[in-house]
Amino acid sequence: MSEPTTKRPVAGSTVASSVRRLGLGEMRHLGLLAALAILVVVGLVTRPDNFATTSNLVSILSLAATIGVITVGATFVIIGGGIDLSVGAVMALASVWATTVATQEQGPLVMVICALSVGTTVGLINGLLIAYGRLVPFIATLAMLVAARGLAQRMSDRKTQLIRVDNSAIVDLSTTRWLGIPLVVYIFALVVVLGWILLNRTTFGRRTYAVGGNVEAARLAGINVRRHTAVLYGLSGLCCGIAAIIIMARTTTGSSTHGDLYELDAIAAVIIGGTLLTGGRGTIVGSILGLLIFTLITNLFILNGLNTSDQLIAKGLIIVVAVLLQRRNLKERAP
Amino acid sequence: MLVMKGIVKQFPGVRALDGVDLDVRAGEVHCLLGQNGAGKSTLIKVLAGVHQPDEGTIVFNGEQVRPSSPMDAIKLGFATIYQELDLVDGLSVAENIFLGHEHAYFGFVNRPAASKAAREVMERLGHPEIRPSTEVGRLSPAAKQVVSMARALSHDARLIIMDEPSAALAHDEVANLFRIIRELTAQGVAVVYISHRLEEIREIGDRVTVLKDGRTVAVGLAARDTPTTQIVSLMTGRNVEYVFPPRGGRTLGEEVLRVEGLTAPGVFRDVSFSVRAGEIVGLAGLVGSGRSEILEAVYGARPAAGRVLLEGRPVRRGVVGTVRRGMGLAPEERKAQALILDQSVTANITLGTLPEFAKFGWIDRKRERSEAKRLSELLDIRPPDPERPIRNLSGGNQQKAVLARWLLGGLKLLLLDEPTRGVDVGARAELYAVIHDLAERGIGVLLVSSEVPEVLGLADRVLVLREGAVIHQGDATELDEHRVLDMIMNGRAA
Ligand SMILES: Nc1ncnc2c1ncn2[C@@H]1O[C@H](COP(=O)(O)OP(=O)(O)OP(=O)(O)O)[C@@H](O)[C@H]1O
Ligand SMILES: [Mg+2]
Repeated sequence: MSEPTTKRPVAGSTVASSVRRLGLGEMRHLGLLAALAILVVVGLVTRPDNFATTSNLVSILSLAATIGVITVGATFVIIGGGIDLSVGAVMALASVWATTVATQEQGPLVMVICALSVGTTVGLINGLLIAYGRLVPFIATLAMLVAARGLAQRMSDRKTQLIRVDNSAIVDLSTTRWLGIPLVVYIFALVVVLGWILLNRTTFGRRTYAVGGNVEAARLAGINVRRHTAVLYGLSGLCCGIAAIIIMARTTTGSSTHGDLYELDAIAAVIIGGTLLTGGRGTIVGSILGLLIFTLITNLFILNGLNTSDQLIAKGLIIVVAVLLQRRNLKERAP
Repeated sequence: MLVMKGIVKQFPGVRALDGVDLDVRAGEVHCLLGQNGAGKSTLIKVLAGVHQPDEGTIVFNGEQVRPSSPMDAIKLGFATIYQELDLVDGLSVAENIFLGHEHAYFGFVNRPAASKAAREVMERLGHPEIRPSTEVGRLSPAAKQVVSMARALSHDARLIIMDEPSAALAHDEVANLFRIIRELTAQGVAVVYISHRLEEIREIGDRVTVLKDGRTVAVGLAARDTPTTQIVSLMTGRNVEYVFPPRGGRTLGEEVLRVEGLTAPGVFRDVSFSVRAGEIVGLAGLVGSGRSEILEAVYGARPAAGRVLLEGRPVRRGVVGTVRRGMGLAPEERKAQALILDQSVTANITLGTLPEFAKFGWIDRKRERSEAKRLSELLDIRPPDPERPIRNLSGGNQQKAVLARWLLGGLKLLLLDEPTRGVDVGARAELYAVIHDLAERGIGVLLVSSEVPEVLGLADRVLVLREGAVIHQGDATELDEHRVLDMIMNGRAA
């Protein structure tokens, strides 16, 4: 009470708290960094000649950029207690819509706006169905996965749509380099930074944790849970739109086959990064580290000319190990 | 029968137990007292196999034991009713009772046998109305507490540990609980009983052990004869006046809340009252009389017919609007309805008023932290580090954090549902002072409590509820505990 009673570990607890503030969050990340380091060493040992080359590193980063942007959105949705299975399909739809003849007529700027608004709109539709239509996220976004891909096929007639030469400004995003690194990688980095700020420094981020951690408590604290949920899926859709621009730049095409199974990679990266599928906990940094681990594995398998099936098996194992480690983490914290 | 010696349990940054001794005899009710965060729950979790002690010995019936898991503890004959209910909401009553020791043959659950056994336990507990097949998530907190107890009884334990079992119970339910405890002790079962209500300790307890800051400060005090002042000063290390702040001196302002003909079929009907600025209005009634539901309906969290006006303007349904217009609710079930367990104390405190700490959505973390720090000092939330995850706080301290949430910002009407549940004597006095202080600042307070003295001592005006209807409305000073109890139990309006 008012009296300064004998309090035990005052000094200890402030130290502990700063460790927690700076450290513990990153302690988990330390494990991921270690895994990443091991993979780098494996790369250096098995392919000393072409692993550490600029061109290989750049290709790893550009590969990571597309799914990476999607992963940022997925992190928000999952921390908020949901799941978005439609991301790959939404990205494909956005890329197709942005490269139709009619859109391409309007020039690169309109193409970009088109991709972003298609992504956001479809994401918001997901969100409205889930928040106000009370559909289970898994079902709603699964339906959207199928439907969006179908619509993309219909619009493109299942043909790959090339970006016209007069719209090559889009393609420049991947060919123009700044300090040796393609612009798409900077876009990716920007999305990560903005995502981190949104999650950690704003009321929106705080409420995302609250909604995912305890919906009822969030509701009774006066948070508009439905609107928040809808916006979360809209955000995920926006990220798909950005990813669509990146993939258009990298492949010079829009296609209904883009982003196949991206949802699995994105969700896996988020899980490996320590975000709970039950919501309420997780970090952007973790997700990005998880994603880099995944991308690096792909790269190592390709460099070493190994079988893609083995690559899938390796990825599966990593997911299992990551989740097991998480469990141990959880147990220690349980009351 | 049970002797614990020198138990030490260290959590990261907190030494929760720092050499605790406990000695329980067969057939006695041994009470464990101590302030919030003293280590009571941690101690019994050591017994229950949830935590492993870092040091110390446990001797049970002459043999040294070391429960390494909850299953292990149950096998030893220890059954535990935890402070925080640990039931699975999606399962039925019977399934919950026999969770972990189902009536099963080769993995197939024998449902009829389980429901029969469940019905028997429920009858023994005096609650035949709780059906074995009901889903636990639909039960009231009090009924959940009964299910928890049934689970403990189903184990044929020789030592039953109860961590604040009465916190969620109403007056008559507590009598029922005591009847069961007496039956058990007559059979030689030992009971370890934790409660913050000294009257209960006097009524049911045989001997008392007092914990303070993780240490035993008194062993084997006589539960009936030890003076209250002595117990309280052992617990707190100082003398606390366990009284309500004096009345009067407050000027009541305009009407903040007016409720007209509020009705939710089957729950409450035709409830009308008003709360003025600076006024504390108490709702007294049994669990199930519709008290909490009325609060929720006023708060916009539960549909109801009738009119609710805040400062003369009607309130639209939905919590978002009511919070924006200056209402706050500290709900009854803190874990399920109020806390974001994974978040820090700070984040939990500021959750309801986050926009006040933000410009264009950007949180001013420095100000947020300093406000949270100020409030946690004001309410003496321990440990005094608001950056800790709230999950690791003791029950009473979590409750204080829930209250702290609404002490921020431009509050006009505060709805309190069992605000002192699980809060220790010292902090309770402090909370009462805070509530009075709020009222003095012109905030209207609507209070629900199962403890009649609390309602009478704190409120200016009291509404007595019975079976969903208001049967009496009047000044608190004109009522006494006896009359209120008479009204809520027998329905005799004054
Ligand atoms: N899992 C945990 N991790 C870290 N600290 C913990 C953990 N569990 C409890 N504590 C700390 O240990 C101390 C004792 O807590 P405990 O729950 O035993 O108190 P209590 O006496 O039961 O209090 P209350 O009357 O409020 O229920 C508190 O300071 C609490 O914050
Ligand atoms: Mg406790």
